[in-house]
Amino acid sequence: MRHGSTCNAGGPRVPETNFTIRRAVVYLVVFLIAAIYLVPLVVVVLNSLRTAEEIAQTSMIGWPIHWAWSNYVTAWLDFCIAQTCTGIRPYMLNSALITIPATLISTLLGAVAGYSVALWRFRGDNWIYGIVTLGIFLPQQMRLIPWTIVLRDIGLTNTLTGLVMIHTIQGLSFTTLFCRNYYVAIPQDLMKAARIDGAGFFRIFWRIVLPLSPPILIVTVIWQFTHIWNEFLYGVTFTTGQQQPITAALIALSAAVADVPQHGVQSAAVMLAALPTLLVYLFGGRYFVRGLTAGAVK
Amino acid sequence: MSALTVRDVHKRFGTTDVLKGIDLEMGSGEFTVLVGPSGCGKSTLLNIVAGLERQTSGSIEIGGRVVDDVAPKDRDIAMVFQSYALYPSMTVRQNITFGMECRNVPRAQREDAVGRVAKLLQIEALLDRKPAQLSGGQRQRVAMGRALVRDPLLFLFDEPLSNLDAQLRVEMRMEIKQLHHRLGSTIVYVTHDQIEAMTLATRIAVMRQGVVQQFADPETIYNRPANLFVARFMGAPPMNTLPARLEAGPGGSVAVIGHDATAIRLPAPAEAANWIGRAVMVGIRPECIAEPGRIFGDQPAATMTITAPVEMIEPTGAETIVVIRLGEERALARVSPDLRLHLGETARFAVDTRKICLFDPGTEARIA
Repeated sequence: MRHGSTCNAGGPRVPETNFTIRRAVVYLVVFLIAAIYLVPLVVVVLNSLRTAEEIAQTSMIGWPIHWAWSNYVTAWLDFCIAQTCTGIRPYMLNSALITIPATLISTLLGAVAGYSVALWRFRGDNWIYGIVTLGIFLPQQMRLIPWTIVLRDIGLTNTLTGLVMIHTIQGLSFTTLFCRNYYVAIPQDLMKAARIDGAGFFRIFWRIVLPLSPPILIVTVIWQFTHIWNEFLYGVTFTTGQQQPITAALIALSAAVADVPQHGVQSAAVMLAALPTLLVYLFGGRYFVRGLTAGAVK
Repeated sequence: MSALTVRDVHKRFGTTDVLKGIDLEMGSGEFTVLVGPSGCGKSTLLNIVAGLERQTSGSIEIGGRVVDDVAPKDRDIAMVFQSYALYPSMTVRQNITFGMECRNVPRAQREDAVGRVAKLLQIEALLDRKPAQLSGGQRQRVAMGRALVRDPLLFLFDEPLSNLDAQLRVEMRMEIKQLHHRLGSTIVYVTHDQIEAMTLATRIAVMRQGVVQQFADPETIYNRPANLFVARFMGAPPMNTLPARLEAGPGGSVAVIGHDATAIRLPAPAEAANWIGRAVMVGIRPECIAEPGRIFGDQPAATMTITAPVEMIEPTGAETIVVIRLGEERALARVSPDLRLHLGETARFAVDTRKICLFDPGTEARIA
């Protein structure tokens, strides 16, 4: 808006009223789009606070009559999923045990890989970079069978370790891309100076490149964390029962509705499952935008 | 012992020959400037000397030792970059000691060295700042400090002053020169600025398209350029180079610029006698064409007077640059600002005939 007014400063005068109306229209459209976008979230949040009876008697969309906070306790502690009544707690833990190591390892490896292709010229470096980032464009479904074979052969089927490995390796495509694109902005003179000073590959990484990296590492961690946490296909394919991550468990939970549909508890479970990524977004979102647009080093 | 020997160094990037057989030898304590237009290969040569790039063929000796297979850190060199290349996340102190840290020098010894260099460069107050908190000139000093602290056999400077504004550049230039005098260090200095080359160097290598055109002391480069390229590249404003014809005259050979009655006849150096009757290029520095009455040097006879039309006048304050017409060509003269000239008039000028150079118009090499 401020931008618009400065643009008009030197040009023909736009009448004030006209301008205010135009601004109001823009706001209206923006709010409308945002509202439409937020409807599913609002429905889930409201339902997570209504009892099953209330939802059944009225409709899926409605304001809670009695605030049913107990839905959250049930979802967390003792709701039955596939005949095991532990709530979503163990599955959340599974997701954390998969997501945290996979995020950290893939970010660190991506940083080293991005650093080496961005700042060290070696024979075939562009080929290696191209092949690594090709992974971004391969559809997940295409990789299911190869991963099945690999997991079976190394004995990691139905284990959290297996999923950590898959997410680490597949994450490398993105983390390498992110870090490499950030590191290419580091001036070559810096590398030359460090080499003359006698620093080697890892010392330069550790003492010079890594201290410059927080913006891109934050971006990469946020990206990896949300993607791995929200990942569903591998979770549901390669694990069963107590080994499943929360995304896969949520499906089992929604299938376990023999008697009365437990939409309230299910909604609460969905909210809890979405909480970590929501928090990451709330606390890290501004770094994310800043990091993606930041020119690396000056 | 020579501090640096460059022997028949070639460098090829793909199909492009960047260096085409460079041979240079620099003595200990010399300040050698590699100068040339951008793309002439001077920075590539410096990188090869530093070991940051590998030559396609040829060899480099530093302090009498062949270093072709020696890593940059073991060549006993230090380098200062145009961009300063200070490590952004380290303080000035850490920047200066990073090399010693890599070589596992004990902490006490590092502190001594930092203190000594900081005092020399007057940057003691900056030691705990980050590079981002420094001005351009201060960064430049820190970059020099990082090089000085090593006390190497050879200093390499890659256009170190190009990022500074004009005034600071002149100051730092003087400081670098003083440092060289005080420390007696051996320096190879790359620049595209011929004034830096003239003011700093004990010897200048003028490069063009991967070939050294001339390697000599500044006075020789300036007064006896090896070819037309060097003549035109060195000096601001550059040397006038004018097509002429060499004729036999009463007191020796004469270079005739132009044809009819307005032709300018300048006495030519005696060495050019066998070029009589042929076309040559006359090279004459703008400061050798001055206001009438000027006496050049201690030989009044070497001064002759010409008349030429004035085409443009550019007062600079200290002197006035005048564009005059000599024959069909334009030439620059540097006259006293007291001389009142008017556009279009034909005026008289004094010419210093001692420093006239003649070039072969075909090969562009200097004849005399």
